[in-house]
Amino acid sequence: MARRTFSIGGVHPADSKISRDCKLEYLPIPPTVYIALSQHIGAPAKPVVEVGDKVKVGQVIAEPGAFMSAYIHSSVSGTVKSIGPRKDLSGNNQMVVEIAVEGDEWMENIDRTDTLVTDIPEDPKAIIEKIKLGGVVGLGGATFPTHVKLSPPPGKKCEMLIINGCECEPYLTSDFRTLLEKGEQVVVGTAIIKKALGVDKATIAIEDNKPEAIDHITKVVESLKAKGPEYSGIEVLSLMKKYPEGGEKQLIDAVMHRQVKSGGLPIDVGAVVDNVCTALAVYEAVQKNKPLIDNSVTVTGECFPKQANLIVRVGTPLNYVIDFLGGVPETAAKVISGGPMMGKSIANLDAATMKGTGGLLFLTREQTKRMPESSCIRCGKCADACPMGLEPFLLNRLAKAGDTDALEANAVQDCIMCGCCLYSCPAGIPLLDVISQARGQVMGIMRARAAAAKAAAEAAKAKTE
Amino acid sequence: MDKILVSPNPHLHSKTTTKVLMRDVVIALLPAVVVSVVFYGWKELFVLAVSVLSCMAIEYFITRFCLKKVSTLGDWSAAVTGILLALNLPSTTPWWVVFIGALVAIGVAKMTFGGLGQNIFNPALVGRVFLLISFPTYMTHWEIPQGLFGVDAVSGATPLGAIKEGLMQGASVPDLMASHGYTYSQMLFANIGGSAGEACAIAILVGFIYLVVRKVIKPWITLSILGTVAAVSCVFWLANPAQFTDPLFNLLTGGLLLGSCFMATDYVTSPMTTKGGIIFGVGIGFITLMIRYFGSYPEGVSFAILIMNSTVPLLNNWFHQKKYGRA
Repeated sequence: MARRTFSIGGVHPADSKISRDCKLEYLPIPPTVYIALSQHIGAPAKPVVEVGDKVKVGQVIAEPGAFMSAYIHSSVSGTVKSIGPRKDLSGNNQMVVEIAVEGDEWMENIDRTDTLVTDIPEDPKAIIEKIKLGGVVGLGGATFPTHVKLSPPPGKKCEMLIINGCECEPYLTSDFRTLLEKGEQVVVGTAIIKKALGVDKATIAIEDNKPEAIDHITKVVESLKAKGPEYSGIEVLSLMKKYPEGGEKQLIDAVMHRQVKSGGLPIDVGAVVDNVCTALAVYEAVQKNKPLIDNSVTVTGECFPKQANLIVRVGTPLNYVIDFLGGVPETAAKVISGGPMMGKSIANLDAATMKGTGGLLFLTREQTKRMPESSCIRCGKCADACPMGLEPFLLNRLAKAGDTDALEANAVQDCIMCGCCLYSCPAGIPLLDVISQARGQVMGIMRARAAAAKAAAEAAKAKTE
Repeated sequence: MDKILVSPNPHLHSKTTTKVLMRDVVIALLPAVVVSVVFYGWKELFVLAVSVLSCMAIEYFITRFCLKKVSTLGDWSAAVTGILLALNLPSTTPWWVVFIGALVAIGVAKMTFGGLGQNIFNPALVGRVFLLISFPTYMTHWEIPQGLFGVDAVSGATPLGAIKEGLMQGASVPDLMASHGYTYSQMLFANIGGSAGEACAIAILVGFIYLVVRKVIKPWITLSILGTVAAVSCVFWLANPAQFTDPLFNLLTGGLLLGSCFMATDYVTSPMTTKGGIIFGVGIGFITLMIRYFGSYPEGVSFAILIMNSTVPLLNNWFHQKKYGRA
């Protein structure tokens, strides 16, 4: 049988998962944490503690600032030192709550035992409320508040829950280790999300470069099926390794053979996609009352002395993580938060981790060197690589000409910033750099046009009344 | 670590560069080059050397001294043009004719348009067609291959030329095939007479398979040309086998294989999308046969490719990739 994957484009960068055999380990608690108030897509959370307050692990320190927002909890116990701006990993100021650590005292209602709790609450509303109170956000990269994702707008019905265990980015292994070491919790988390959505089918999709994870999760699913009907309908699906398989749109295509329309949401085609670490966080929030206060981070790179998959408290300074493993290597030239394809290069190593931090990758100058740009030879490799079926060479040309109408007609707004075009260009043309700028510009124009149309419609309505 | 690098994603790059791609094309051409030298002897090696060196020298001269830019020889594309031009010429071509071909190919067809990636027409083919029109005597003086150590050169017509001539004198195709003693196995393996690169079908196909396996090119353009030639010639041949040559003869003779595998698949002058590429290939196959059957030239691949080259911008406008989530 042909190996299943998404239908358009994609590239095959070297796997480089050199930290795949490093077991998850807990990073010691740092002396101070800096917990950002905006760790999710949407409005920043509003702080509910004051300087000088004593907090415990798991205590709410900020509440959702709007519908699209999330609770934020203290990841340590100690005293709130300050609430104010601090530089994030790009060097921009962000509101953070600074907490000086004293001991490790947890909220009493948190179940810290390892016992697997397989009985799932009956009421979907109660589950979603618990997820919301647990501050769970999508840990696949976008940090979309999970309780919002699990409450589809009226009229939209979810037909399939997809749990994303692709981890298609090279180097990253924290999802893989989570699947291997916390597979039971991930599967129970999957069943909980399935219940919350009221959907019959769930697919845990894993790329076939992780056969151990596929085997393990298949066994776990089989053994949990005996526990109750809520575990039926969960399947494990092996997908052919190809980047960006873990992209939401690509994964839906690979698993369901459906494509989300431009500007649409996965729920439009009956899909909800959550990362394996999100499923774990859901399990912990719902079954153990443990809010999202730590997450797994792969620390890796050929030049880095010690590979690791660490469980890190939210708000831990990056420098603390790096020093724990022996400091920044002499030969490293670039430090990336996330994977090498879509991750962000870090400008400020003093920044703190956030809920969505999944990897710290060290690359040498040689590894990350950009080629000198030469003429486009019109080989079409960028168009073959684009998983959205766009034509990057054309978008690049149109962007340089500043033709925003043609850019929109050629769907620059559909770009998912995966980097396949730049990765594959033999002439070293910085396609994505140019395209992402043009994309921002076109999306701005589209938003302005939509706003103007809305205003005009309202004005017309007011007139007739 | 003194300084920390910051740049947008992606942070990795594929190892396949323009240079690697062009070098693969050179490697893919090697079987044809070796076979042509073995069959046509030292003269062919001389033509190859003159062609490659002239192409590289002309490109170097133009980029360094006329455009005052960094030399682009490092991308190997001038070498590819040089080899292709040489393979498109008879081994008996005088060195100065080869040089003029190189001058037209690189100087006119490539550099005046802005160099690699900007030209509309395949440079080697422009060079060849220029020579064909300007120096018909040299360009149609084919030599029957005598081998690397052969002495007595015998010149003769190519199968396509001989058949065309015979047909004009009223003979029928099967009689001509028999009287000239053409066999398919001979065409497949070598010894047929014509441009150096047309000598051995197998050598060209080996190179083509290498390019496809290495994912340098996709096979669709080549397959659509060959498929069209086979299908259309089949119709004509079945209708009148005395007047029209059969499909296999058309596939194996002349520059069809060299053209469809190496010239029509040139990145710069072929469409970007597979759909466009198939239309492009069908056009080349059809025009080639029309020239062979009804034109005054015995061979039409070069003209067919150049004509279809001019439609590429249009094909790129008409045919786009299938986009995700858009009908």
